[in-house]
Amino acid sequence: MHPALSVIFLTTLIGAGQGFFLALYTGQVYSLGNLLPAQSSLTFYAYGSLIALALLAGGLLASFFHLGHPERAWRAASQWRTSWLSREVIILPLFMGLVLVYGALHYFGLTRPVFRLGQAVVVDLSLLVGGLASAAAFLLYLSTAMIYASLRFLQEWYSPLTVANYTLLGLASGFTLAAAFCAWSGSELVLFYTSEALLLTLIAFLVRGLSLLRNRRIRHKSTLQTAIGVRHTRIEQKAQGAMGGSFNTREFFHGRSRAAMRTLKYLFLVLVFGLPLLLLGAGLAVDSLWLPAAAFLIQYAGLLLERFYFFADSRHPQNLYYQYIS
Amino acid sequence: MTQLALVIDLNVCVGCHACVTSCKEWNTSGWAGPLSDLRPYDADPSGTFFNRVQTFEVGEFPNTETVHFPKSCLHCEDPPCVPVCPTGASYKREEDGIVLVDYDKCIGCKYCSWACPYGARELDERQRVMKKCTLCVDRIAEPTLPPEERRPACVLACPTSARLFGDIHDPNSEVSVAIREQGGYQLMPEWGTNPANHYLPRRKTRIRIHEDELLRADNPLHKEELPELPEGAETLDDVAW
Amino acid sequence: MRTPNTHSDRDLGRVEVKETTCYMCACRCGIRVTLRDGQVRHIEGNPQHPVNRGVICAKGSSGIMKQYSPARLTKPLLRKRGALRGDADFEEIGWEQAFELLQQRLAGIRAEDPKRFALFTGRDQMQALTGLFAKQFGTPNYAAHGGFCSVNMAAGLIYTIGGSFWEFGGPDLERSKLFIMIGTAEDHHSNPMKVALSHFKRAGGRFISINPIRTGYSAIADEWVPIRPGTDGALLLALVHEIIKQGLYDRDFLIRYTNAAELVNLDPDSTEQGMFVRFEVPKEEGCFDPQNKLWWDRDLNKPISCHTEGVDPYLLGEFKLHDGTPVKPAFQLLHERVQDYTPEWAEAITGIPAATIRRLAHEMGVTARDQRIELPIQWTDAWDNEHASVVGNPVAFHAMRGVAAHSNGFHTIRSLGILMSLLGTIDRPGGFRHKAPFPRPIPPCPKPPKGPQDVRPNSVLEGSPLGWPAEPDDLFVDEAGEPLRIDKAFSWEYPLSVHGLMHNVITNAWRGDPYPLDTLLLFMANMAWNSSMNTQKVRRMLTDRDASGEYKIPFLVVCDAFDSETVAFADLVLPDTSYLERHDVMSMLDRPISEFEGPVDSVRIPVLPPSGDCKPFQDVLIELGTRLGLPAFVREDGSRKFRDYPDFIINYETSPGSGIGFLAGWRGKIGEKFLKGEPNPRQWEMYRKNHCVYQYELPRSYQYMRNWNKGYLLWARAHGMVRYAEPVTIHLYSEPLQKFRLAARGKWDGKQPPERLRQRVETYFDPLPFFSEPLEDRLTDIHSYPLHALTQRPMAMYHSWDSQNAWLRQIHSHNFLFVNPKVGAAQGFADGDWIWIESRTSRVRCMCRFSEAVEPGTVWTWNAIGKAAGAWGLSPKADESQKGFLLNHLIDEELPPCESGEHLSNSDPVTGQAAWFDLRVKVYRTDEGEPRQSSPQFKPQPPVPGMPRRRKRWLRYFAGRKAKP
Ligand SMILES: Nc1nc2c(c(=O)[nH]1)N[C@H]1C(S)=C(S)[C@@H](COP(=O)(O)OP(=O)(O)OC[C@H]3O[C@@H](n4cnc5c(=O)[nH]c(N)nc54)[C@H](O)[C@@H]3O)O[C@H]1N2
Ligand SMILES: Nc1nc2c(c(=O)[nH]1)N[C@H]1C(S)=C(S)[C@@H](COP(=O)(O)OP(=O)(O)OC[C@H]3O[C@@H](n4cnc5c(=O)[nH]c(N)nc54)[C@H](O)[C@@H]3O)O[C@H]1N2
Ligand code: SF4
Ligand code: SF4
Ligand code: SF4
Ligand code: SF4
Ligand code: SF4
Ligand SMILES: [Mo]
Repeated sequence: MHPALSVIFLTTLIGAGQGFFLALYTGQVYSLGNLLPAQSSLTFYAYGSLIALALLAGGLLASFFHLGHPERAWRAASQWRTSWLSREVIILPLFMGLVLVYGALHYFGLTRPVFRLGQAVVVDLSLLVGGLASAAAFLLYLSTAMIYASLRFLQEWYSPLTVANYTLLGLASGFTLAAAFCAWSGSELVLFYTSEALLLTLIAFLVRGLSLLRNRRIRHKSTLQTAIGVRHTRIEQKAQGAMGGSFNTREFFHGRSRAAMRTLKYLFLVLVFGLPLLLLGAGLAVDSLWLPAAAFLIQYAGLLLERFYFFADSRHPQNLYYQYIS
Repeated sequence: MTQLALVIDLNVCVGCHACVTSCKEWNTSGWAGPLSDLRPYDADPSGTFFNRVQTFEVGEFPNTETVHFPKSCLHCEDPPCVPVCPTGASYKREEDGIVLVDYDKCIGCKYCSWACPYGARELDERQRVMKKCTLCVDRIAEPTLPPEERRPACVLACPTSARLFGDIHDPNSEVSVAIREQGGYQLMPEWGTNPANHYLPRRKTRIRIHEDELLRADNPLHKEELPELPEGAETLDDVAW
Repeated sequence: MRTPNTHSDRDLGRVEVKETTCYMCACRCGIRVTLRDGQVRHIEGNPQHPVNRGVICAKGSSGIMKQYSPARLTKPLLRKRGALRGDADFEEIGWEQAFELLQQRLAGIRAEDPKRFALFTGRDQMQALTGLFAKQFGTPNYAAHGGFCSVNMAAGLIYTIGGSFWEFGGPDLERSKLFIMIGTAEDHHSNPMKVALSHFKRAGGRFISINPIRTGYSAIADEWVPIRPGTDGALLLALVHEIIKQGLYDRDFLIRYTNAAELVNLDPDSTEQGMFVRFEVPKEEGCFDPQNKLWWDRDLNKPISCHTEGVDPYLLGEFKLHDGTPVKPAFQLLHERVQDYTPEWAEAITGIPAATIRRLAHEMGVTARDQRIELPIQWTDAWDNEHASVVGNPVAFHAMRGVAAHSNGFHTIRSLGILMSLLGTIDRPGGFRHKAPFPRPIPPCPKPPKGPQDVRPNSVLEGSPLGWPAEPDDLFVDEAGEPLRIDKAFSWEYPLSVHGLMHNVITNAWRGDPYPLDTLLLFMANMAWNSSMNTQKVRRMLTDRDASGEYKIPFLVVCDAFDSETVAFADLVLPDTSYLERHDVMSMLDRPISEFEGPVDSVRIPVLPPSGDCKPFQDVLIELGTRLGLPAFVREDGSRKFRDYPDFIINYETSPGSGIGFLAGWRGKIGEKFLKGEPNPRQWEMYRKNHCVYQYELPRSYQYMRNWNKGYLLWARAHGMVRYAEPVTIHLYSEPLQKFRLAARGKWDGKQPPERLRQRVETYFDPLPFFSEPLEDRLTDIHSYPLHALTQRPMAMYHSWDSQNAWLRQIHSHNFLFVNPKVGAAQGFADGDWIWIESRTSRVRCMCRFSEAVEPGTVWTWNAIGKAAGAWGLSPKADESQKGFLLNHLIDEELPPCESGEHLSNSDPVTGQAAWFDLRVKVYRTDEGEPRQSSPQFKPQPPVPGMPRRRKRWLRYFAGRKAKP
């Protein structure tokens, strides 16, 4: 497939946004159980939500660039019964709305307890909204990933690993960002988020690695033989009927060499996993403003490559029909 | 239920591209049009076409087959492109099984094209909506046309009549008979899309000559055997008594 | 959304449907043009038309993009004063100025030496009018594309069976069982061939294709027989060998309808050596074969006049006449000729296994003999024998330029004609069938001028510019036997060049050999590009000047509809209308669209007004003819005879009161007559009402065996199709060729070849077919240039003229050189690489593509896809010029100097047919760092006045004024 920048930005930005929000909310939940110290509503949760929203809005904005007719985007909400894309389209704004409410509650300090669970657990509105938002975040991971994972004949994508990857990579980048956010806002949760980020990055590495291994072994079900229905071991396309190219050659081919793709793979492995792990590890040892921030920036840049690779690495069966010009 | 479809006979398709440009011509000024062309007079010209004819070579010299292979939307009975569409712009018509795009609803997200394993959809890059073969909906039911012309443009154009059109759910239709009797098959059956369009395979006619057909009673060479005329040899005519 | 069910396509504007004839190619299908608000909505095949019966091809369906192409010429243009020829620097002028200029110049030439005006036309369809103009002007220097196209096919078969493939006849695939197609990619018979092939295959017919390449039609063949280019003669002669050896020929057919049994004089001392023995000495008048030859009667064992009733002559044997003259039946000579042409011999030459050749011969012979068709059609032959039925041997052939465009093509095609005759398949069901006005006498009657005396100032030319020599005295040569036409046609160099040699006109005129020209008018011919050989050199010659600074070809007039490469070289450009904007006729005087069942002709009627200041070339010719006072176009008093072309078509008669004109249908005062009759003022209207065609169906008993069908022959004479109702005997053995040979041997009373050509004429005017390697092979170092290079027509493009078509060019925006992977492996380049292809003339850089569908000794590309930068309304960066290439640069228009001359055309020595496919090449890798761009490149051609200045980035064609709702 030819990776579209808009989709790369959309999925990475909202993935990080979701992860970051989930990090915030984890903080709130943990603090509820006194596992972590409580944070300031304003500087931590409200500003944090703003950052999450900014990421999400960035993603949303990017997504509009993908559309031929953004002015009709609202129509995309209509097919939630069958279309994962439609579901994403519904959940993304819903999630953003919830994050907005969540941030607003914190911003305006509307954190009076609504009810208590036993002695310790004070449930306020933000906790409820945050809970809903967290559920939405996970649903959003699911629908984003399922857009790809539901396409049967894109065998590289058609796997639970795709959902796991989208979720884990989003979470990892979100938590890394949370570490950076804490470092900058002077919150004592740096260590917590750093170690969580380390852990998530590590798991994400394992799962992404697994999907790389899986994809290397894929035997494509469609072949030239099934594509044109001729049984012969040697078939070659000679003409695809359009010498100047067509939508089908532009949309489904990345045009990079195998070597470039291999380089890209190693590069993103280093950027998404290797370097951030090192930097985050160092962050555990040294108190630094920059280490977690650098980890996030590098990881995010890596994610852009990872997403590029994700799209480019999948071989669409339609390509069998569009191989040769002559 | 009706399922309209094309059945393409590879046995006679000579790869002339008539179906390609007649489709473009009909549709650019029709319901689906205009169909845009990018850089029409420049490097790498490209444009929206609903039907392409491709060429494949099978085997090695001298046992090579050249296969011309026309392909448009196959109007799958279980079209994966439809449920994924977030706007409902892509739909399959109940009444005749044609898969269509509502250009007024389409947001141009291209997702349906990803969901089509056959590469049958093409974005109109100027209008920025997804387009594809409509089975010439605006012809096949056009009341002002004489009934025999209510068929897709490509079908009417095809000089070898390699393109049959009809209802594959009607067992007595021309297309069903052709599929049944000539081994009609579907593309990429592995995905369960159940394409309505079918293809008919190449067939070979051979002649076998038997030895005895060459040893002929009517061999005209027999007629050319000259009588032996011994020159000057004596005959009884020369004897006098 | 507008659902397609609630609105009708036709609600979008005012709809009109008009009928006319397509001219996206030479096939001439009937089309229906739907207009919406005056713009073309849709062009579809006309179901009522006999040629295409409703179907249409890729080109025909793209007519819209031709009509509205940005390459359209819309203004008469004159090269700017001081501008260099070739730079395409023009000023717009008015038509009046153009006519005055032409009239002045041409009147001067005509008063002095009419042959200094030359008119050559490319892939046009109005040779009856252009030829008439040339003759009236008095110049012999006229020809159409035939010489560089497929004259071998026309001449080879017409001199053998009195008709030919091309537009003159074809295979009866409706009834055939076995069909062999040789060297055909996409013929003039484009749609009908496709229709027929598909019916044939579906009916269970067996289809064999003989071609070095397997694409297009060959793709659906049941068997592909890859052959080395230029060797079909060997294959066909080996088939003849095997058919005779196995006795699989149709003996009865040969005796009755061919000259197989006729006795040939073999007395080496006689001036009649190699001629048929005749029983009547008085020289026959007229162009027909008198039935005065001899057979050898098996019962009486002595000669007897041919066609004597009840006689069964010998086909084989050798005999002596009373006077001791040794004679043999022609068939015996053929038998001897093919004796050594064994399948094993042919295998070594053609690359086809001997077993395959044998099997093919057996398939043909056994099918012909055992699947005989008998139609209950009663007919009478020319000798008054009644036949209760028409029989057919259902083996059909079709061949085109793959055999024609080689320098040995004439004899290859004669061999094919003979093979078809041996099988007994001429004008019979399931075999080859003629189309009116064929069959014609062998050779047909018109003759070229006979000498310098036939070209005189201010006079009509004696003879016709193109004709059919029957003997040396019909040649158009001077006292010394040297050429008199600018293209040297009808000279001893190419005696039977019945279609001229357009491919040598520019070279000869440039060299002033045999003389310089003053004005060259090119109509519908892209001579600065794809219809010339050695294109680079031709482009230089067009701009070359003599010592005084005058161009060597002083005045070049180009009539074209588009900004072709040739337009850039014009001094005067005449913008033609498009085919949708003009009247045209597909005339019986030219090449009509006849069907097997009878004569058919057709017309074009404008469906749109002319664009800009375009003017139909027909009108231009009639206007010029009138202004010049050419007798056919003016009355006695010199006043204008015809208002315009439509008026001319209605009222012109070949001679006053002949009743024969351009159109055959609805003649007579009220349209009650056909073929012959007085002019009918409402003729156009009657054509329009009848889908633009006139179709006549012969009575069934006249539809077959027309060479010998008394009823048909009398009918044909009565309707002015032939001059003599005499049978047309098939020439297995060709006496006309023998006459030229006798001249070469000094045994002819009349014209004699110059010494240098004696041997050449002696060799190639063999009355029996023989195999010889192509001239190019003999005269070049084939070890250095081991590969054959060919072109093929793509079905979706017409020569050079469709690159301006936005839709078609998306299918073929550039071309590759197709090579067998073995060639790439040997040369060390990979699929898709840039490579050089080099001939003895020049080299071209191009991209290669590996293909298993090509014989390993052959490389090929699509014809005329590559373009010069900037031509055809395309951007100078367009694929056509940057990635595409033209093979013509590699083909020399002349042979290397040899014993027969310094400047012989690279053509068949019999007919002057351009030997495009004799080309020998080598291929090799490009060097690192060479540009990835085709070579040679030319200075980009700028757009001319009247063309749009800016190229659109987007094209969104939608017919009708109303914007789409
Ligand atoms: N290498 C190679 N070269 C070949 C051949 C080959 O097989 N291989 N084939 C040869 C053969 S068979 C032929 S017939 C020639 C064909 O060669 P040409 O006859 O030269 O054919 P084109 O180049 O298509 O067209 C000639 C011109 O006609 C113009 N034209 C198109 N429509 C109209 C019209 O309506 N009016 C006027 N006035 N002009 C119009 C076009 O713009 C173009 O400039 O090429 C020959 N050249
Ligand atoms: N679409 C389209 N149709 C056209 C034209 C066009 O430009 N485009 N041009 C028209 C014109 S002007 C003409 S003359 C006709 C020509 O019609 P064709 O004669 O079909 O023309 P070519 O494309 O030259 O095809 C020549 C074929 O002969 C094969 N060949 C070459 N050398 C040999 C050989 O030695 N032996 C054998 N057996 N085969 C050989 C080539 O592989 C090729 O397939 O087409 C007409 N129809
Ligand atoms: S061929 Fe593709 S576009 Fe057409 S119905 Fe099937 S999946 Fe959809
Ligand atoms: S491109 Fe249009 S038709 Fe396709 S999925 Fe998107 S909205 Fe639906
Ligand atoms: S059915 Fe109509 S839209 Fe579909 S390919 Fe044929 S012409 Fe085009
Ligand atoms: S029009 Fe018919 S013969 Fe031509 S490419 Fe299309 S299907 Fe094949
Ligand atoms: S075959 Fe030639 S004449 Fe017929 S439709 Fe095609 S382009 Fe027109
Ligand atoms: Mo031609």
